Amino acid sequence: MDLVLETKNINKHFYKPKDFHVLKDISFGIGKGEFASIMGKSGSGKSTLLYILSTMDTDYTGELYLNGELITGKSHQELSRIRNERIGFVFQFHYLLSEFSVLENVMLPAKKLAKKSHAEIEHDGIEKLKMLHIEHLAQQRASRISGGEKQRVAIARALINDPTILMGDEPTGNLDSHNSENVFSIFKRLKEEQGLSLLVVTHDEDFAKRTDRTIQMEDGRIIG
Amino acid sequence: MTNWKVILNIAKTHLLTKMKSTATAALGVTFGIGAYITLVSFMTGLNDMLDSLILNQTPHIHLYNEIKPTERQPVSLYDEFKNSVNIVHSVKPKESPKKIHNALPILNYLKQDKKVKGATPQLRAQIFYLSGSIELGGNLVGVDIMEETRLSNMRDYIVGGSPEALKNTENGILLGSGLAQKMSLGVGDRVQISTVKGAVFPLKIVGIYQSGIADIDNVQSYANLKTVQRILGEARNYITDINVKLLDIGEAPAMARKLAGQFEVTATDINEANAQFETGSNIRNLITYAVSITLLIVAGFGIYNILNMLIYEKMKDIAILKATGFSGRDVQLIFMSQAMIIGAVGGLLGLFIGYVLSRIIDNVRFETEALPTISTYPIDYNIGYYLIGIAFALLSTFVAGWLPSNKARRIDPVRIIRGT
Ligand SMILES: Nc1ncnc2c1ncn2[C@@H]1O[C@H](COP(=O)(O)OP(=O)(O)OP(=O)(O)O)[C@@H](O)[C@H]1O
Ligand SMILES: [Mg+2]
Repeated sequence: MDLVLETKNINKHFYKPKDFHVLKDISFGIGKGEFASIMGKSGSGKSTLLYILSTMDTDYTGELYLNGELITGKSHQELSRIRNERIGFVFQFHYLLSEFSVLENVMLPAKKLAKKSHAEIEHDGIEKLKMLHIEHLAQQRASRISGGEKQRVAIARALINDPTILMGDEPTGNLDSHNSENVFSIFKRLKEEQGLSLLVVTHDEDFAKRTDRTIQMEDGRIIG
Repeated sequence: MTNWKVILNIAKTHLLTKMKSTATAALGVTFGIGAYITLVSFMTGLNDMLDSLILNQTPHIHLYNEIKPTERQPVSLYDEFKNSVNIVHSVKPKESPKKIHNALPILNYLKQDKKVKGATPQLRAQIFYLSGSIELGGNLVGVDIMEETRLSNMRDYIVGGSPEALKNTENGILLGSGLAQKMSLGVGDRVQISTVKGAVFPLKIVGIYQSGIADIDNVQSYANLKTVQRILGEARNYITDINVKLLDIGEAPAMARKLAGQFEVTATDINEANAQFETGSNIRNLITYAVSITLLIVAGFGIYNILNMLIYEKMKDIAILKATGFSGRDVQLIFMSQAMIIGAVGGLLGLFIGYVLSRIIDNVRFETEALPTISTYPIDYNIGYYLIGIAFALLSTFVAGWLPSNKARRIDPVRIIRGT
């Protein structure tokens, strides 16, 4: 199976307040169309790992590959481009630009990419919102919707450029079981219909069990 | 590759949702630029007015015969005293006529010189104005009136009558306004004058001359050169002063030196005569720029502050933008565009306000005897100042925007997203 994402011996330290070896020899891969979850105790380094995988954090040793291409060591400019085009990211807390409308928030990464016309991007944005059952909120200001709705808007935004991999840091953490179930089925459908690869950090056992593979972390190590 | 549309759209949204801060920052710039335009237009208007006043009234080069003692006293010609120290008390000037030798050849020479715009002969005579039993001391200047009006703005100072009237009236006189007042005389009246030697002549008043300077208007009048020569009983070549106007005022000092050497006359140039005058202009310019730059620095700090605040408030947004693929450079451009938009809008508004204020000042009545042609405050509407103004605005907002936006560029999204 082709690996969409691969890490080789990733190590990371925090030096403040004192030396702390937060990630230890992380080596694993995510295949194309694979839906993987990461579980582990609080403080085991899940978020830290995800920030490295999403190319936002470059302060580590080891190697990171995306579609077989070495990402480690690329310039910030190139990394921005990679994040924009190939990685979708959903945060633990729903982060939206509060002054923009829901639709504008979703469209923004596509506008940055500038590969499609405004009309096409708008169409895509509406499609994603429909998929998440929140198209009626399109023109609403992002600051005026509920937490669960915000989370789904963030997912729509992560998907707008049809990334090769979607990463989520507890994307269902703030959702009720109904919405959580809805998000899970959307992820599942994206994997099955579009071959999207997913890597999702979760504390939800049930959620993790239904993914293709669960990566267990403990004290900065992958233990299975 | 920079996607300006998205960047400007985000910048615009930030500015519009922070309308109050935006307006405050822009008004700071408006204030600075408006003040600059108003001040500089007004100050240079004044400077130009005063310049032209002086430049028009003062000849670029003035040739005359200075009365001074002979440099080589007779005693030094006597060989026997060669090795002695001479002390001669009370040296008197040699009795030499005030007239310029070879005045007519000099005039001809000057008129042929390509650098010379014109040269006018003058004859200054000490006279008395007779009014009943009173004799008022003063002087009468014989001039070639048409040349004078061509080369200077003398016409502006003839408040009654005209230069043409003087030219056409052989025994005409342009009476000093102070004299006219003292003697209760007006255009059309006759005035008696007497020379130092005692000869009395009646002259017809064809105009009133008012320079605005009381000391001059109380003693000085103008008549035709020929008339004054006749009054003094002198020949046609009796000329005491030659005033020269050059095409390029910068040549005045060199030309004055050359003429002095060539014709054995005293020659003063305008720079010598008005050395203190430049200082005035320079100080006014200095004040204008000092005030404007101070205002702009204050405005710059305003922008710096507001942008800093905005970036602090928008930390999360910046992190999101970076996480979704905007580069540090994009983020910096977003905030730089905001600064530049504030600068451009504030600056243009400032130009407009400056223009309006200039217009208002331009219409304020300003009447003074010294400046008969001026009725409102002078304003210099030089497009150059508007260009400098907007460049100033953009430059100061650029500098003010640079530091905060650079900070935004370097914000680490992970730190913000973690919430530490
Ligand atoms: N900036 C930092 N400086 C020092 N230590 C840090 C920093 N950020 C995180 N840590 C530490 O690194 C460890 C891993 O943090 P991380 O956020 O990756 O945990 P996590 O597995 O995501 O936990 P949770 O499930 O609660 O989100 C924690 O012990 C945390 O205290
Ligand atoms: Mg975490």
